Amino acid sequence: MVIRLKTPLLKKDLVKLKVKDEVYLSGIIYTMRDRSSQLLVELIKKKKSLPLDLKNQVIYYCGPNFKGKMLGACGPTTSRRMDIYLEELLKKGLSASIGKGERSFFVRDLCRKYKSVYFLTYGGCGAYLRERIKKYKLIAFPHLGSEAIYEFEVEDFPLIVGIDTEGNSIRG
Amino acid sequence: MKIEEIVEKLTIKANINLREDVKKILKEALRKEKNKRVKRILEVIMENARIALKKNIAICQDTGLPLVFLEVGKDINLNSSLIEKINKGVISGYKKAGFRKSTIDKHGKLSYTPKIFHIDFVNAKGLKITIFPKGFGSEAKSALKVFPPTVKKEEIDEFIIKTVKNADIDACPPYFIGIGIGGDSSFALILAKKALCEDLSKPNKDKELDKWEKNLMRKLNKLGIGIMEKKGSTVLAVRIKRFPTHIAGIPVGVNISCHALRSATVKINF
Repeated sequence: MVIRLKTPLLKKDLVKLKVKDEVYLSGIIYTMRDRSSQLLVELIKKKKSLPLDLKNQVIYYCGPNFKGKMLGACGPTTSRRMDIYLEELLKKGLSASIGKGERSFFVRDLCRKYKSVYFLTYGGCGAYLRERIKKYKLIAFPHLGSEAIYEFEVEDFPLIVGIDTEGNSIRG
Repeated sequence: MKIEEIVEKLTIKANINLREDVKKILKEALRKEKNKRVKRILEVIMENARIALKKNIAICQDTGLPLVFLEVGKDINLNSSLIEKINKGVISGYKKAGFRKSTIDKHGKLSYTPKIFHIDFVNAKGLKITIFPKGFGSEAKSALKVFPPTVKKEEIDEFIIKTVKNADIDACPPYFIGIGIGGDSSFALILAKKALCEDLSKPNKDKELDKWEKNLMRKLNKLGIGIMEKKGSTVLAVRIKRFPTHIAGIPVGVNISCHALRSATVKINF
């Protein structure tokens, strides 16, 4: 059975999710990668205003392709590289992250501490996942190219719970 | 057609048209798979390839470092102007198809290609060009070890197994594993990439290597890494290439490819 959820994601919805649950997510998600995470965390540390409000939001580790104005492939990138930035974003109220691959062990503790969820989606399937993205908008750091932060409006974006709010991981 | 145009087309093909041998192997894996959730993942992977081709978009947003392999025949006058033309073709392919700028220099400047060419001179006619867009989720899991010359096969296996175990599910399984044995250390890693450019749906022509590959694949799939959860086959094919080396060592390079193993080859006769 697939669980359908809409953003923003509230803690009360997140705590119900268990590892391996299949979820279809609709609403808004924000792309992020190495350099955009780094810049965002720098702004947080300098107590500057942020280009987006992270409260109850979902980030997607992804660097999309664009064919002119049309969105191209936009699948997940390896989440592990962004582990070091996660806690600062969780402190700002981030609900969940989406990506591919296993994360560092401490991310399980972070998920438990902040009642956050890590979702996996289909790695290497950027053309397939694009079909679930209805609109996109540039939010911040355009000079980073594909690493800029984009807002995606998604419909039934397919996810699997990788780490739940109790810190259980799909990898055991 | 000008060489730039040929390469432009080839570059786009490599990124949007999943290789026939890869499709064949995926189809066979799907047929054999019994677990429903794993079946679903394999179906999505195949559906992804169909959508990419139909809508003319990249199979994966990581259109990689576009590596170029050349086999230069004896009638080809290879010089820097020919290399420049090929590189121009690659860049114009990336631009035209809307592929990502994934190359970055030390100043943070983004571009399409670092212009990496691997060139062989062959005793034939014509020019064979292979475009191999290598994604970095899988490239990040590459490994090299130089063994002593008396090493046992089992010890080499152990190293390869450790490498795949370390990749876990980070490099988009199910995987294709390229292995290069011989040459010098850097050459072994290039051999491993060349192995991945071969038709993997056909067995290795070298009977001994074919046996080794099959045995390795069995061992690798016993690791139980799975694809997302710990279910399903992690490795779909192993290809080993050998090359003469120094009497004092055996370099072994491992290059992992995600399930979206991409490359395209053209042979041009002038």
